[in-house]
This record gives sequence, C-alpha cells and structure tokens, in this order.
Amino acid sequence: MAKIIAGLASSHVPAIGAAIDNKQTEEPYWKRVFSGFEKSKEWMAKTRPDVVIGIYNDHASAFSVEMIPTFAIGCAAEFPPADEGWGPRPVPVVKGHPELASHIATSVILDEFDLTICNKMEVDHGLTVPLNLVFGSPKEWPCPVIPVAVNVVQFPPPTGHRCYMLGKAIRKAVDSYPEDLKVVIFGTGGMSHQISGPRAGLINSRFDKSFLDRLTSDPKGLAAMPHLEYMREAGAEGIELVMWHVMRGALDDKVKEVYRFYTVPASNTAVGHIILENGAKPAKKAAPKKAKAKKPTRKAA
Amino acid sequence: MRNALEGETPMAAKPKENEYEDIPGTFVFNAERSRQGYGINMFCMSLMKDVNRKAFKANEAAYLKQYPLSPEQTDAVLKRDYNRMLELGGNIYFTAKLGATDGHSFRHLAAVMTGSTQDDYAKMMLAGGRSVEGNRSKSGKYDKPAKKAAAKTAKPKAAAKAKSRSKSAKKRK
Repeated sequence: MAKIIAGLASSHVPAIGAAIDNKQTEEPYWKRVFSGFEKSKEWMAKTRPDVVIGIYNDHASAFSVEMIPTFAIGCAAEFPPADEGWGPRPVPVVKGHPELASHIATSVILDEFDLTICNKMEVDHGLTVPLNLVFGSPKEWPCPVIPVAVNVVQFPPPTGHRCYMLGKAIRKAVDSYPEDLKVVIFGTGGMSHQISGPRAGLINSRFDKSFLDRLTSDPKGLAAMPHLEYMREAGAEGIELVMWHVMRGALDDKVKEVYRFYTVPASNTAVGHIILENGAKPAKKAAPKKAKAKKPTRKAA
Repeated sequence: MRNALEGETPMAAKPKENEYEDIPGTFVFNAERSRQGYGINMFCMSLMKDVNRKAFKANEAAYLKQYPLSPEQTDAVLKRDYNRMLELGGNIYFTAKLGATDGHSFRHLAAVMTGSTQDDYAKMMLAGGRSVEGNRSKSGKYDKPAKKAAAKTAKPKAAAKAKSRSKSAKKRK
C-alpha cells in the first residue's frame, strides 16, 4: 500500500529560483539561504520518496483572474515550467503521477472536497523552487510530483481548518492506493512576507517561530487561526502559510520534527523550512516503564 | 469519512466584513478589487508571452487599448505607479509580470511601493525587515500603545513618500 511517510514545508520565494538559475548560490547572501537546505538534501537522498505531493499556490501562471479554483489537482503526465515574465525557468519538466493523482481526486471528492481536476497545467516557482531546494538542480526530478494548487491570490483563500482537513482526506486517499509507494508531501509558501503596497518588507520572526513550533505540537489549534491574523501579523502574502496545514493534516497527529531552518531575508521574505516524519513513538508513558523493568533484569543477570 | 472528519478542529473564525482594511499600507485583493482590476490583471497576464512583451514595449499606449482599462488604470500602468495599480484592482502577482517585462524583480517593485530607494530597502531587509510593531493596524487596535517602534517603522512615512512619489510622477508625465 502507498504511505505518506513524511512532510516538509518550505518557502518558495521566486528570487531563490532566480539565484539558482543565475548561478548565484555561492554568493554570501544566497549561501546563507541555501546552506540551510544542505541537511534537507541529505535527508531527501536518504528518504528517496517514490512520489511527492506538492501543495503550492499558482502565482497567476496557470490560473489568471479568469478562473480561480480554490483547490486544484494536477492529473496530467507532465507539467511544463511556466513563463512568469522572464521566460520559463530552466528546470526539468515536472513529471506527474496520473494514476495516483486521479485516485486522490476521486477519493477526496467523494469525501466532499470538491477539487478542480487539471489535465493540462503549467507550474511556476511556487512548485519548482521547493523542488530545487531539496533535490538540487538535477537533469530530471528524481520522482513524480503531483501538484495541488491552492488559491491564495484572491481573498479569501480556504481556511486553515479546511486545508488541514483536506490533508487528512489526501492521507486517507494515499493509504487506500494499492501500490507500494513512499510518499512525501510538501507544504510551500510563506513565511512572513508582504510584497505589495507601502507595508512591503514586513517580517515577523516571532510569529514565524511560533508557527513552526505549533505546526509540530499543536496542529489543530494552529489550523484554527483566522485569515486576518496571518495578514496582520505575517504580511498580506504571509497568508500563503495556510498551505502548510494541508501537509500537516496529511501526517500523524504526533510527528517527529527532524529538521528546521529559518532565515531572514530572501529578497522580501523570511524563509522557513521544516521536516516532519510520521511514526513518532506515541508511547510516552510506556517507554520509561519498560526501561525500568529491563534494568533490574540486566543487573540480576 | 465526513463524520469522522467533522468537528475535530474548531472552524477558523470568519473574518468580519473588510476588517482587513484596517491593516496599514495594504490592499487586500478581494472580489471587488478583482472585478475592478480585471483589465489590469488580464493585461499583465498577456505579458507571459515574449511576443506580447515586445509588442507592449514597442507601443505601450496602443497595446493597452486591447484591454478594458479605465483612464486611471491606463495612467497607472503607463506611469508604473504600482501602488495605484493595486488600489485600482491590480494584484501583485500579476503586476509583477509588468515589472519583469521592465527587467525588475519583486524586490525592486517592493522598494518602489514603499517609497524607499533600492539601497535603503535592501538594508532594511538585511536588518530583519520591516517590524510588525506599529504596523498592525491603522486604528491602533492591535498595536501596543506608546511604542517607540511605531515611529521607527515608517508606515506613515513610507505611505506619504509613495504618495508624493506618485504625485511627482504625475507631474513629470
């Protein structure tokens, strides 16, 4: 059976993509950012997922103001990089997993999450920058990626709670897929940033750090945060953080935080990153008992 | 499934109508702005194609005639008055394509919208960004009173600068 083994979250700042594409990753400003993802690349190389589910938002690339799906899933065989105004990013075409994607769509729609199905879609930096951050710049992405786009462009985006519950429905869908597949789910966007208007440049590190803490320890409480709080505290575009709840909802209630990285700035924004693994030992109470029980027998032996 | 999922987490509170308008220096892209700015945003979308970018640069005013823009919107686009575009329904992810057509990054546009020089804005970001203290609400509802941070964070200054910038831009044209 397919299984979601871990989730990770990462900002998806376009300037990070530009730094990669323009080969500036060794410059001190960017090195500070990229060095924070070295551990993640190692973790990825060790984890080797068979499929990635990428929760991201489209930045007026595949969807304009003509169509604004609140949730959309990419069921195509491949997703070319979009021309975002500078020409398409020189990154590999994202290969999808049409069978698993269609299975997820079917399952979550029957669970009353009315996803838009995309059989042709271009993807932008929202999806490809996080892929670069954890996979580097290979000729081909190492595994298929299922894009799940969330509207955070026109207010209101879905609530954090809705995103969290969608994550649970995706988890259920993956769990019921018959093929043995290791799946890692990405939540992208954020952290605090405002890139529009006279308040641009807003950074609230205290908010971000608390968000990272609670993502691990109090996901349900965190998912109840109202939109206004993101926008006021973390900047108008900080509301992208709702997408992290989809990832978190797809994981166990109790997870193991294996890595975290936070830095300011990358262009206009704070960069936040976290890796959470399923399979955290739930037996808090049981563990010490066992240890106690074992010790005396060893002594006796 | 539905029953199993329901009620596990409290629903996020619905925002009161336009409560976010109290956030300073921010134009929230809601349905009303989206309707109003449809022409601006669709024009910006067209700039995703190189052939259109070239056509636009060759004759901006003529190119803009293809889109349903009000005279104010056309003016804002031609003058690259990014705050005004947002005010008239433009969305940053769309207007950034206009910036890209001019060869500018998001950060460049952000500096312009805050009324800062590129250097000052870059310095502010390197120093940790614009503080949220004093920048949470116009009404002061969410900011601790009498915080010196409010003066430092230049919310009113930035807005004023941006305004005067757009005024002087108007004069120039």
